[in-house]
Amino acid sequence: MQRTAVRWGLLALFADGPKYGYQLRTEFDARTGGSWAVNVGQIYTTLDRLARDGDVAPVGTNEDGREMFAITEQGRRALEGWYVTPITETDRPRSELAIKLAMAAVDPHVDIALVVQKQRTESMRQMRDYTDLRRRAGAEDDLTWTLLLDHLIFGLESEIRWLDHAEATTLRRRHDRPPPGPSRVATEQPMPERARR
Amino acid sequence: MSGPVLRLTDVERVYQAGEVSVRALAGVSLSVRPGELVAVMGPSGSGKSTLLAVAGGLDTPTAGSVEVEGVQLGGLDPTAVAHLRRDRIGYVFQDYNLVTDLTAAENVALPLELAGAGVRSARSAAVAALEEVGLAAEADRFPDQLSGGQQQRVAIARALIGGRRLVLADEPTGALDSQTSIAVLKVLRARIDAGAAGVLVTHEARYAGWADRTIFVRDGRLVDATPERDDPRRLLGESS
Repeated sequence: MQRTAVRWGLLALFADGPKYGYQLRTEFDARTGGSWAVNVGQIYTTLDRLARDGDVAPVGTNEDGREMFAITEQGRRALEGWYVTPITETDRPRSELAIKLAMAAVDPHVDIALVVQKQRTESMRQMRDYTDLRRRAGAEDDLTWTLLLDHLIFGLESEIRWLDHAEATTLRRRHDRPPPGPSRVATEQPMPERARR
Repeated sequence: MSGPVLRLTDVERVYQAGEVSVRALAGVSLSVRPGELVAVMGPSGSGKSTLLAVAGGLDTPTAGSVEVEGVQLGGLDPTAVAHLRRDRIGYVFQDYNLVTDLTAAENVALPLELAGAGVRSARSAAVAALEEVGLAAEADRFPDQLSGGQQQRVAIARALIGGRRLVLADEPTGALDSQTSIAVLKVLRARIDAGAAGVLVTHEARYAGWADRTIFVRDGRLVDATPERDDPRRLLGESS
């Protein structure tokens, strides 16, 4: 997960009151269902940065002697700003899948149907597993967690649609302009035998 | 009996159109256990619907075998196939296919009455089945007094009435919006979890996610299938 996203996620946890370092980790995990792996070192480093930049400030220790931090006025304004600032295209991570398929599409020796099917099967496996989790999540479960699961499910849905589209478009182009020579890649045989177009 | 409810072995279906023969299914094997829902995905014309028709005894394979609860369809005469369809197999279609002149309860009771059950016992079984899909209060309504989602839930209740343990669903959410589709899938899933077996043909990956496995059909063949489940938490990138 990107550093800035962790930073904002942690800052958002301060909205309902002062916290200590390890508590942030527990709450972040609980809210995201563990779906975003953040190690404890990263939590403390991020907390240090938030304090250094004046978005949170130490407010003494609790009864167990843990150092507590609270969001500052500046931090609260920054958080409000973050919520209303859309994520722009350049903030999104580049997708290896997009690059793989875009490259495969223009190489006539690559069996695009096989490349796409491998990914489709994997994406569908993830879809099944996330759907399992989503089905188990009840109304009493954390809203953050169910929305994150929905995010993953809708993301996979659009990925699978895009895979269908990429395959169909590539095959149509190749049909119009047949490839030179036999296929070089894709000697693997998935199930009984490959359907050839 | 814990064997598969449905078993297709090397099923082939060739249609003859004049000089041309079309292989709609070219050697498909598939088995579905009790408590298992298998989704079938693939482009239009890939053989999904033929697969469902053959599995349900509505169409006859030109080679290979179809077995429903251990009974080989190929060894039966047409009357016996019809009886087996009535007693063992339920269908759910995109357009619900309810009888418009019958109430919800009468629709659900119909397969039992056709099989010779008394009106009263068929009715009480139908009302119980409607209760399972959350429609007890709608038992005496006619299809045109029900929403699309409710009609589809009636169709699922009908599909699994009596001793039927196999439901074959062809795009059951095709005519429904997203929220209603989820409600229908919940009902279907609950019936599967209670021990039925199901095959779900769908274009929607998000709905296929409700199945235990997805198989991919292309040009009449199974080209791939999702593996069995493992711990989904592994997907989420362990954080401990």
